[in-house]
Amino acid sequence: MPDIDTDILIVGAGGAGMYAALSAVRNGAERVLLADKSLVGRGGATVMAQMTVAAALAEEGEDDPDLHLADTLEAGRGLCVEPLAGALCEDAPARIHEMEEWRVGWARRDTGRIAQVTAPGHSRPRCCYVDFLNTGPAVAATLRRRVAQVSAIRRVSNLTVTDLVTSGGEIAGAVGLDLSEGRAVTIAAEAVIIATGGLTRLYRRSSASANMGGDGYALALGAGAELIDMEFVQFFPIGHLAPRLVGMDPIMWDPFRYKLGGRLLDGAGNEFLARYGSDEAGAYTTPRDIATYAITKEVAAGRDSPHGGVYLSFEHVPHTALEAAFGPVIDRLARHGIDLTKAPIEVSPIAHYHMGGIAVDTRMASRVPGLYAAGEAAGGANGANRLSGNAIPEALAFGERAGRFAAAYAAGRRPVAWPRDLDAVGRIAKAAEGRRGVAAAAELLEGLRAVMQEDVGPFRDAAGLSRALARLRDMRAELPALAIAPGRACNPALADWFELRAGLVAAEAVAVAALARSESRGAHQRDDFPATDPAWARNQRVAMAIDGAVAVV
Amino acid sequence: MTTLTACLRVRRGTADDPPRYDEFAVPFEDGATVLDALMWVRARRDPSLAIRYSCINANVCKECTMAIDGRVAYACTTRLTAGAAMVLEPLPGKRVLRDLVADTRPPREKL
Repeated sequence: MPDIDTDILIVGAGGAGMYAALSAVRNGAERVLLADKSLVGRGGATVMAQMTVAAALAEEGEDDPDLHLADTLEAGRGLCVEPLAGALCEDAPARIHEMEEWRVGWARRDTGRIAQVTAPGHSRPRCCYVDFLNTGPAVAATLRRRVAQVSAIRRVSNLTVTDLVTSGGEIAGAVGLDLSEGRAVTIAAEAVIIATGGLTRLYRRSSASANMGGDGYALALGAGAELIDMEFVQFFPIGHLAPRLVGMDPIMWDPFRYKLGGRLLDGAGNEFLARYGSDEAGAYTTPRDIATYAITKEVAAGRDSPHGGVYLSFEHVPHTALEAAFGPVIDRLARHGIDLTKAPIEVSPIAHYHMGGIAVDTRMASRVPGLYAAGEAAGGANGANRLSGNAIPEALAFGERAGRFAAAYAAGRRPVAWPRDLDAVGRIAKAAEGRRGVAAAAELLEGLRAVMQEDVGPFRDAAGLSRALARLRDMRAELPALAIAPGRACNPALADWFELRAGLVAAEAVAVAALARSESRGAHQRDDFPATDPAWARNQRVAMAIDGAVAVV
Repeated sequence: MTTLTACLRVRRGTADDPPRYDEFAVPFEDGATVLDALMWVRARRDPSLAIRYSCINANVCKECTMAIDGRVAYACTTRLTAGAAMVLEPLPGKRVLRDLVADTRPPREKL
């Protein structure tokens, strides 16, 4: 008998997972288990987002979901799965208004209307926010409060789901590990919603929290689902690199740069963008992909700053102008000992968001009956490049849909027979025994991040991708021999091992898709195929074979 | 170039174990945090060291709360200091699960 019996298991309790839980109960589910590796509502990506949320509320003038969709499709470089992108844009206003009813506190104009600003890539002011740089934390806190009031939602923190369980090709539940107690847990569920976010933590330089290691993708592949658009990892060109800064969004320099005109300088203090065909001439309009390319090439040529990036300088901007534009942030920077008028900061491209994910329809259903996905874990809506501000509406809109359709699916079903021979539980127990091996997973996780950064980063070529794939497959083969420190309760070595096992699968999915796509488009740039090829205006899917091999299908 | 180091003195074991402290010399860089140093120790010196964190950079998850030199603080916002060892212990007043991890899960979020 499984330890827990539930209608719907939701894996991951960020914005998408929490919204899915609320929606499932609203649509008739009586027992929802909301599980998170970290603490419910405090891990994941939602809580990290300080910036804006796109929705066609038309508070600042004419707007509608079709116009939002047009901008989303344009940003996606011809690859958005249009019905999914349409669902995101169509549902976003209702979700934003619902969050307001739940008192999230969107910033408002003096007129009382919700404030909307024009973020890059949008044709009109469409992006709302919560003051001050508090959008994500406010969204997470609001959902956390709602979830806590619903008795049908059982919250479990520190539970990592390691494998999904299927029976006759349909979802039967999952197995996992209670990290605090070190206990294997079996969960019977009619439906499972994966809301684990993306995979940016697989990169050495990222804006990710610890939980964005791609585990949801590995779960889905293992259960028989397909992934889509895995090669598209969005890198933010001028992520914060140094001096060390805590408690501020590492992507915060973008508005600084376009409002105040920050200058990008190489390690010797020389401007370099002009050498890459972008003569800004004070306009600071270099597109993100060109900025990322230029910085990557400068660093590769040895013209980098001390920490391996380039300089971003505001030394030419008067203190009064800095104060006027970003007063509270300038004060916070001062507390970190950073004075933008005195010295440049160092920046570098950092992995920020993953466009790819689990292939789903507009019900958020994968091809495996009973398996759903929501938020960043679901792929397709954003194509080859995500429009700024679309991540949180995606979490909310897709969470609502996943909860609604999973509840409908679960309602009409008898429980699937729980398979008696459940090898996964045995594997967890065995892995927990305390094994002496040559290396520890913690060390290999660092190796994995280095491989992804160097060879599967924003700029790729066949040689690098092939090298990465060989290394990833070697590491996967090493898994059974890795050392695991003894002890069950709160054993980080055990958690590392499962994180590495899932991360390697997700990484391989990115690398195989990137190697197959012999063109450059959006976030996928091939040094050996620099042009966009119209014949490649199609999505790739990745699946896992019985023997565990990950390949494009 | 001189490599400056910092030193961490870390309480190890579970609530049932006799008190034991391990010392780790870690690289020091201006601005580095206690959490940076602990992550470095886990990857390069002792993967069995139990710590808890989620957001790493944002100071929003509050999971890395512990006692640092006897005062309750976040490892992610506390700057590393060179020189005398910094003493790290789990958050007082909660059940110690292992090393620097105290059981901070809300009671209703346990299995």
